[in-house]
This record gives sequence, structure tokens and C-alpha cells, in this order.
Amino acid sequence: MSTTTRPREDVVQTSSSPPRPAGSPPTREGGRLRPATGRAIGVGVVGLWLSLIVLLPLAALTVRSLDEGLAGFWDAVTAPVALAAIGTTLVVSAVVALLNAVMGTLVAWVLVRDEFPGKRWVNALIDLPFALPTIVASIVLLALYGPSSPVGLQLNATRLGLVVALAFVTLPFVVRSVQPVLLELDREVEEAAASLGASNGATFRRVVLPTLAPAVISGTGLAFARAVGEYGSVVLIGGNIPRETQVVSQYIQQQIEIDRPVNAAAVSVALLGISFLTLFLLRLWGSRAQRREERSS
Amino acid sequence: MITVSSARKNYGDFVALDDVSLTIPSGSLTALLGPSGSGKSTLLRAIAGLEGIDSGVVSIAGVDVTREPPQRRGIGFVFQHYAAFKHMTVRDNVAFGLTIRKRPKAEVRRKVDELLEIVGLDGFQHRYPSQLSGGQRQRMALARALAVDPRVLLLDEPFGALDAKVRAELRHWLRRLHDEVHVTTVLVTHDQEEALDVADRIAVLNRGRIEQVGDPVSLYEKPANEFVMSFLGSVARLGGQLVRPHDIVLERDRLAALAADARTPASPGVVTATVERVVRLGFEVRVELKADSGERFAAQVTRAEADRRRFQPGETVHARADRPADATEAEPALAI
Amino acid sequence: MTTTRRSVLTLRTLALAYVLGLVAVPILVILFRTFEPGLAVFIESIRTPAAIAALNLSVLIVAIVVPLNVVFGVVTAIALARWRLPGKGLIQAVVDLPFAVSPIVVGVSLIMLWGASGWFGGLQSSTGIRVIFGLPGMVIATIFVTLPFVVREVEPVLHEIGTEQEQAAATLGASGWQTFWRITVPAIRWGLTYGVVLTVARALGEFGAVIMVSSGFPGVSQTLTLLVHSRYIDDHNTYGAYAAATLLMGLALGTLLLMTLLDRKRSPR
Repeated sequence: MSTTTRPREDVVQTSSSPPRPAGSPPTREGGRLRPATGRAIGVGVVGLWLSLIVLLPLAALTVRSLDEGLAGFWDAVTAPVALAAIGTTLVVSAVVALLNAVMGTLVAWVLVRDEFPGKRWVNALIDLPFALPTIVASIVLLALYGPSSPVGLQLNATRLGLVVALAFVTLPFVVRSVQPVLLELDREVEEAAASLGASNGATFRRVVLPTLAPAVISGTGLAFARAVGEYGSVVLIGGNIPRETQVVSQYIQQQIEIDRPVNAAAVSVALLGISFLTLFLLRLWGSRAQRREERSS
Repeated sequence: MITVSSARKNYGDFVALDDVSLTIPSGSLTALLGPSGSGKSTLLRAIAGLEGIDSGVVSIAGVDVTREPPQRRGIGFVFQHYAAFKHMTVRDNVAFGLTIRKRPKAEVRRKVDELLEIVGLDGFQHRYPSQLSGGQRQRMALARALAVDPRVLLLDEPFGALDAKVRAELRHWLRRLHDEVHVTTVLVTHDQEEALDVADRIAVLNRGRIEQVGDPVSLYEKPANEFVMSFLGSVARLGGQLVRPHDIVLERDRLAALAADARTPASPGVVTATVERVVRLGFEVRVELKADSGERFAAQVTRAEADRRRFQPGETVHARADRPADATEAEPALAI
Repeated sequence: MTTTRRSVLTLRTLALAYVLGLVAVPILVILFRTFEPGLAVFIESIRTPAAIAALNLSVLIVAIVVPLNVVFGVVTAIALARWRLPGKGLIQAVVDLPFAVSPIVVGVSLIMLWGASGWFGGLQSSTGIRVIFGLPGMVIATIFVTLPFVVREVEPVLHEIGTEQEQAAATLGASGWQTFWRITVPAIRWGLTYGVVLTVARALGEFGAVIMVSSGFPGVSQTLTLLVHSRYIDDHNTYGAYAAATLLMGLALGTLLLMTLLDRKRSPR
């Protein structure tokens, strides 16, 4: 390397002599916001946006639900039809969650451990319920299980119809949370258990299941939370029969339609409470499981 | 020239810089050496403006830049993990600072090609950083930092993420580069060998303070205190003093040892010890000893001497220091 | 586990029957029903004025929602990943909130805030802007349900790329704004695109929140999803509903394909 245009600061330069202006400051100097000012604006914008879109509507909902006092709130939530809708929702969601826990784990196991032609396509199918609009899910299921069913399965306006619709939209939760864990699961551990004389059943129960449990439970919990609030996929196949197949979201929608906003708001708050509680318990449980795992490793 | 005076920086309760003052002469290659958490990186980042200081003054080339953002300090900075712009080619990476300054295209191109040749990446113009090895990425980062004609070049553990062989190569390469370019360079490292090898001045930091500043030889020969001595090179404790293992002389004759010791000023005295083990490490031999007081230490002798003297495990020897490090003679930390 | 051939086959059959019966067969049936009368009938069904208006409205909502989500989502992600803020945990929780809220509850909440008798009900009487039962309401409802996507895709990318590249740009003389455009934006581009695709998919497919705040007049305030619903429920036009659903499904499959392709790009080189 020979001559370059880089500055060659004089080695014998003393501190009193002003150094050559070597480094050139960037061309843009003016018009710059102080970082602190820019951040303050940014934080303000974010806060305002989140408040306007998310917090204020929910605050308005909560306040309106108490328009007729706590007693009014309680009456709205415990009205027989409301209670029945809440009950139906919880029962059906619980059934769907359990179904997901079992079938989701099985599907994940088959997708990870089994080999068969077309496996990639089945794997791709799993994401479809998330990508499909819920109303399309409703129509799709009606086409097979509705009044004009080609196989004679008439699930329209039955609780089983609700289960099928909710199982459809929640299919990915457990599968997609168990799959990566199964992929990482050390096969040697299973083989070690087998070499120690454990039967297949014992190996699954005592070695595989405990490892999968956190993923299964988290997927099941998310599926439950989703099922509880679901509307679009059940609106057509559910039938909306009060005290039978009407779910909470349909009840709320009905209360708005017959102009009982306070009732709608109260039951909405109750539904929000159920969702939050589910997710809160799930997070609590998840962080405890994580801590346990950290201690054991 | 870079001057830092009375710089202080706290992170909560942690004191990162505790009244640090330092002058880095123009054209020098200065190493900031210290263990992790000693404040050496904080000091470098304070010079760069990437970190603010709570009090004190930083000036570069006679200009107080304490309140200036990094953009206006005229610096080049090289990061430990390269900080390569992953979405840009090597050429665009190196050209970045010039493009920001809206220099004419032809000039940018000429300068980038010239720099890539200097750092040995000619022909790599159109590669992406992901297609380079770690050493190549770091050389690209150096070229990028040099492209803007910085007044000072600041390197934060630049070779820390590389393996030993590439590290030694790049170290020598940096030294040669500096000899040719003479840009004032400050290098942060925790590796004493690297500092001794590449720098012409070393500032040793510990717990946010500068322990000693000087050229490599004077730091090694006349460390200001036990910390500097033990951080630069290996040490053994003999009669309550720290000495270099290669300064320990082993005598079989106690009287001869005492006589020789009497001629050495401020010596730690003669320590009688038993040879526990003799380890041959290629060109040198380590004699592991246990003093009568129970303290263990090691002496380092040349292979020729070991062959001549044939120390045996179990035998008793008398150890003395030939040239004990004398802390009182060393220059004080702030005399520069 | 060393499973026997027979048990493997049993498990495989069970799993496949579940997935196919739940997802594949119903979709094949609806495709069959849609195209059974011929492609011309299908095209005619999705080219009625009401269907075209619905498609236009859906696209219009997407076109309004996406830029807003990109701008505010990126700012929020940067605030969460880069700035030292008090109450960051609270912001995180608020960003995730829309995932936990039922679409119907979203609709009710918006009515309580923006409706004629809501907190901001005065807006309508003083300015004449109809939020609920108008386009603004549908847009706000869609923003509510899609709000987390961009933030949740961009924030981890920002964490992953770290601050070194941005600091390097600063030492090379780039201003904050230049660093943002030349370093940060290119680095987050695939994460951002992924977030946008998710936003588009959800915005096109949202039903519950939108039906609550829309007046639902055919050709005026019906999105594609509302069209499917009203054709089936109000018009008893089962075929029309199938056709519109197939159209929506095609859009969804397109996004799914795009997502799969992007997913590969998005993962770091």
C-alpha cells in the first residue's frame, strides 16, 4: 500500500498545536431532532394510538357495563339465557380443548415421527384454519355437515356442530406447539427407557408425556381461549338457539340487536374476564414450568 | 490527540469510570487493557460518543466533543462482532460513510477499491458479509471505518470473536497498517499478550480506574502495583513479594543464595523449598516448588539450565529473586 | 418409541381421518359445489354489483389499515425494542390484548365508544361523521384485531439484529433518520412484510368485529365476509355464499402461500 488520501497525523505533534482538520463531519447537521425529543414524540404517538384503538373502547365497554350499577351488571350476567349461553360456551370449549389436546398431540406425533406419502400436504393443511376467514370456515363445514350434507351427517344447529366448528378453527394450536418439542425430543432418552425395560406405554407415559406436557397444555389453553370468544365460525352452523346452542358471542350480538347495550356490555365484560383468566393462568403456569426446567438443567 | 479528563460514569450503583484522565498522543497505537468490567470498553465508547459520561471532558484534536454525538466526532469505530451491514455488499458497506457525506460517485468508488486493496479484500466487492469469514468481515469493518478519514480509529475488542490463529494474523496486520497510516488508534483488549504485541502504549484499567499508563516494556518491567504486575505476565509469590517466575534463581547452596541475595536491593529474601515436579514446556521448563511455609510457587528456567542442573522432585533448593519487581521505582499512574 | 407396524398404522389412520375429515373433505366439498355448475356460473356469481362492491370495500379497508399498522406498528416495535421506557410491560400487554378479545366484544366496545350514545357519540352530531355503521367503524374494528401483527413480527427482528449496526452507522456519520432508512428498515423488511401479509389476511377475513359496526347494506357497507353471511342467511342464496366463500378462500390460500415463501426469506441468512 502506498499513498492514500487518509490523514497522516503528525507523530511529533504536540498538544498545543491545533491538529489538521482531518475527519470531516457529515454534511447534514441542521434540522435534526434531539434524540430525547424524537423519543418523547414517539412514545406519545404510541401511547395515544394504543389508547385510542385498544384501551378507550375497552374502558368504555367496562364503564357502560356498570351503567345500572353492580346489581344491574350481576342481573345481566346471571339472566337465565345469558347463563345458559355462558354454560354452553364453557362446556363446548372445554370439550374442544380436550379434543385438541388428544387429537392435536396425535396429529403432531404422526407428522413428526411417521413417514407416508403426501405428509407435506397434510402438514400444510394444518395452517389452513388460521388462514381461512372464520365465516368461510362456517360455510365450508356447512357444506359437508349441513342440511345438504352429501354424507347424511346433519350437525346443523346441534352442540356437536359447535364442537366441529370450534375444533376446525383451533386445530393448529396444539399441533403447532407440540410439533417443535417432538422434533427436539431426544430419541435416545426414549431408547434408554426402552433399554431399561420400559414398555411402550410406560415410555410414553413416563418419558415422552412429561416432556410434551407444557406444549400440550399451552396449546390447549390457547385453543380454549380462542373457542370461548369465537363467533364467525359458529354463526352459521350453530343455529343460535337460546339455551341450547347459543354461545356467549351470539348472545351478546343478539342483545345489541334488540337494543340492550348494557346487557351486551356486561356479558362482554364477563367473557373478557374468562379469556383473561385463562391466559393469565396459562402464563402463570408457563413461567412456573419454565422455572422448574431451569432448576433441573 | 485524545484527551479525557476526570471522566465519571455510573450505571446505577456500578461505577464504570471513576475519575478517569488519560491523554492519547497523536499517531500512537494505545491499548486499553483490563479485565471485563474494568471500564475499558466504556472509556472507548465514551471517546466515540456511543456512551455519554456523567461528568468530565472528552476532547479530540483539541476540540471539546463531550456533548457531540458520534456523528460529529470524526471517529472510526470497529466493533467486536463486526457490525457488518448484512443487507449491503462489501463495497456498499465500505462506501457507507462516504455515501452519507454525498461524495461524488467516482471518488467513492476509487476510495473503496483502494481501501479494499489495503485490507486484502480486493475482488470481494460484490460479496455479502455472510459470504465472508470472521477475519474478512473484521477487515471489511476496518476499511469501512477508515473510509471516512477518521481523526481517530477506535477498536473495541476487534479480534475477540476470532479464533487464535486468525487473531494473531490480524493483530500483526493491524500493527503494519498502523505503521503505514499513523492514524491515532485506540484498541480495547483484555488480552495482555495482544496489548504487549501490538500497542506502543498501554493503559491498564481496573474497576473504572487507570492503574498505569506507559510503553509495554516499562509496564512489564516496572509495574506500578501488584494488579498491573499480575495482569501483565505471570507472577509467583516469593517471601510475600510478587516476582516473575523467570526471575527466580534456584540454588543448591544456601550460603551462595544468601550472598547473592544480599547484593540485590529490596529483595524478598531466600526461601527454602522442595521441588515437587519438573515440567518441560518445549523451550522452557517450569519447576514447581513448595516452600517450607507450605506456599506453592513455580520458577521458570531455560531448558539449557534445567539440563545442566537436573532438578529432581523431592530435593531441597533455595530460591531467591534475581530482579524483583520494584513497585516503588515505577512511574505513578497519572504521569504521562 | 419402538412402535409396532400395526400401532403406527392405527395412529396414522386416526390422525389422517381427523385432519382430512375436519379440513380437507369440507373444503373439497365446497369447491365441488362451487364449480359443479361450471366456471361461468361461478364468475357470474362473484361479478354481481353487490359482490364487486364488497370486494372493493374489503380492498379499501385493507388499503387504509395496512399503512396505519405499518407506521404505528414499527414505531411501537422500536419503542419496545430500543428505548428505555417506564411501563414497557404495560405496553406489551396492551399490544397483545387484541389477541385475547373476542371479535364480538371488539364490536360492542367500539359501539360503546363511538356509537351514537357512546363516549364519543357527540362526534356524529357535531361533525356528521358516522363512525359506527360507517366506513370509519369498520376500519377501526379491523385495526383493533390486526394491531399486534406488525409489532409482534418486527420487535423480535429488532432484538435479533441488535444495536451494533445502528451504532456503526452513527460512527460513520449517519443521522438518526438516515440510520433508520438505510440500516433499520432494510434489516426489518422481511419481518415487516410478514406482518403486513398477516394483517392483510386477517383484514380481508375479519367478520365478527366488522358485522357489529357495519350497517350491512348490500353494495354499500358489505365486505366480502359480510356478503357470504348475508347471501346465506338473508338471501338463502346458498350457491352465492359458496361462490363468495371460494373467492375468499382463494385469497386466503394466496396469503398462506406467500407466508410460506416469506418464512424462508425471513429467517436470517
